[in-house]
Amino acid sequence: MNLVAATTSVPGAWYLAVAAVLFTIGAVGLLSRRNVLVMFMCVELMLNAVNLTFVTFARMLDDIGGQVLVFFTLVVAAAEVVVGLAIIVSIFRGRVEGATADSANILKG
Amino acid sequence: MVDWIVFVVGAVIAIAGALGVLAAKQPVHSAVLLVMTLFGVAVLFVSQEAHFLAAVQVIVYAGAIVVLFLFVIMLLGVDRSEDVRVETLKAQRQIAAVLGVLALAELVALSRFHFVLGTKSVAGAASEPGANVELIGKSVFTRYLYPFEITSVLLVIAVIGAVVLSRRIRTSEDVR
Repeated sequence: MNLVAATTSVPGAWYLAVAAVLFTIGAVGLLSRRNVLVMFMCVELMLNAVNLTFVTFARMLDDIGGQVLVFFTLVVAAAEVVVGLAIIVSIFRGRVEGATADSANILKG
Repeated sequence: MVDWIVFVVGAVIAIAGALGVLAAKQPVHSAVLLVMTLFGVAVLFVSQEAHFLAAVQVIVYAGAIVVLFLFVIMLLGVDRSEDVRVETLKAQRQIAAVLGVLALAELVALSRFHFVLGTKSVAGAASEPGANVELIGKSVFTRYLYPFEITSVLLVIAVIGAVVLSRRIRTSEDVR
């Protein structure tokens, strides 16, 4: 591919590979852990991997739009964390043991 | 040569931190290792001339989001570590590992094949003269003005949602 390599001499494909590995680690963590807080952190990992992909494509295509999209992703991630942690707190309020996703059904009713 | 060193250091920090988040037993350790990953990704941002995003990454993610995580961990009690040996769902970990390997294989395969990258510089060139912050600011306040305004609505909704969710519902006994 005849793409612009303006800044660093490392090809964009390497950055994309790192982002893919980060995304996979996040996905595996989300599927395999049961602690909701750790699951949430894995979601953040996946979002970060996508951000890295955006920035890499912004460099490869020489387009500032990719970086602007990362900015929006950050805002959405912040909002998501605020609401998600509020939900987690309301799951665990009054619970003594265990902080796992299995106890989400106590929110019923 | 220096480019490669910076890239490898950033990538190793990011991936090592991510593996730590996955493997740590205590949620606090996961949160601290998440900071490590975020710093690694910030290094990769800087090496690609995304200076503004690298700064925002450290300030917003490491400074605000992870602190919020730590706050909730402390609020709920630090000593509640997950027993990683207990499996509620049968073969959950094995299936997760298989799905992860499949996803990684698909992503790598996608990057090997030819894919269409679309038009260059739709929103403006990233390499044109001017600081990175200046270019992002120009783009946010012209081409992406409406999405930018909508994010403010999103933030207000998130704040109200957090307040409503964490509000203690008063019973008649509390009032008395």
